[in-house]
Amino acid sequence: MLPASLEEALSALAEYGPEAKMLAGGQSLIPLMSLRLAQPGVLVDLNGLATTLSGIEAGASGVRIGAMTRHRAAERSELLAQRVPLMAETMPLIGHAAIRSRGTIGGSLSHADPAAELPAVVLATEATLIARSLRGGERTIPASDFFEGYFTTALAEDEVLCAVEVPDAPPATGFCVTEVARRHGDFALVGVTAAVTIDQGLVTRARIALINVAERPVRAERAEAALVGAKPDAAAWAEAAALASTEIDPSGDLHATPAYRRKVAGVCVRRALETAAGRARGGR
Amino acid sequence: MDVTLTVNGSRREARVEARRTLADFLREDLGLTGTHLGCEHGVCGACTVILDGEPVRSCLMFAVQARGATVTTIEGLAVDGVMNDLQEAMRESHGFQCGFCTPGFLMQITAMLAENPTPTEAEIRDTLSGNICRCTGYESILNGVLRSIGAPVPESQTH
Repeated sequence: MLPASLEEALSALAEYGPEAKMLAGGQSLIPLMSLRLAQPGVLVDLNGLATTLSGIEAGASGVRIGAMTRHRAAERSELLAQRVPLMAETMPLIGHAAIRSRGTIGGSLSHADPAAELPAVVLATEATLIARSLRGGERTIPASDFFEGYFTTALAEDEVLCAVEVPDAPPATGFCVTEVARRHGDFALVGVTAAVTIDQGLVTRARIALINVAERPVRAERAEAALVGAKPDAAAWAEAAALASTEIDPSGDLHATPAYRRKVAGVCVRRALETAAGRARGGR
Repeated sequence: MDVTLTVNGSRREARVEARRTLADFLREDLGLTGTHLGCEHGVCGACTVILDGEPVRSCLMFAVQARGATVTTIEGLAVDGVMNDLQEAMRESHGFQCGFCTPGFLMQITAMLAENPTPTEAEIRDTLSGNICRCTGYESILNGVLRSIGAPVPESQTH
């Protein structure tokens, strides 16, 4: 079904319950359907709501990104490049050009693939996700509470993710995303998003999120804590990298063993922190 | 469900099942078999077409989602049976062998050049990373794109 309003979409979800599945960009759901891994009885196509649910708007203290905003639109957004540089830098790493034409920000976050990049972006930027249901109205969920496990989020069955709000970072904050993938556009074997704030020559705040090292994107909290008050130098990045690679517990698969993922995670953390700190100091 | 859309400049109307993918619709209902289906789950890029100016995987959307849209397929590139510059450059560079992936590559390249007429080699490689070719090893495809934009083609790799 193709609802013409958000209310109509929410009613359909309330009516059909677990039978229904929302269709956003379709770049994950349709492959799953093609492979018969997903066989929803009812598809609620949100593309009719593209105008209501998409767009990138500047607010007083952050940027609001509509859930149906396509990756390509985000990739081309000047506003995002200025206000949420981490998301802008991440966009070209997501899938391929033709995938980004259709794929949406909200779809990627709701799908919650542990190997996807965007979940780590909203974690490192401490974004807020805004969901809506007929039953409960609007609800805000901090990114840190949103991802629960493999393809599982805090969204209820009858809830639609409507937008994500990314708060402005403190002054002198630099960001960086880095990942290791076997082929450009593939899901990363391991990836890292980082934010570093420097004040009076010391690190005052660090955020590190890791991609594809657990059943959900995770923050390296011990590494983050160790950086606070540290001098922003190679020794600090090396220590944080060592902490991050020990505080994760990645699983192995055909492409990478747990030990290899741990090693690469440390390398990615070090590189991401170093680059983010350089950007915090003003050398973009 | 009824679908009306513009394909390669012609208005087309059809009645399709909601579950029909755009790729199957183009091939089976409109008879435009130039759009190829390789993996049918969005990995290989063979089914890439241009939808309202953007490259898309036609296997990853439903025909009913293309209502009112303007679609260009590989059949829409040649003018009056004469290959366009890109097609000609691809032929010159031996940019294909079996040809199965070619429609997807050409549509992806066409979309890229419409947005950025003078891509660097790195940008071309990056854009083409979403299309899989099992014959050529990609160099001849890359050379075809370089030739089509009048960029130097590496000497050792020309045929």
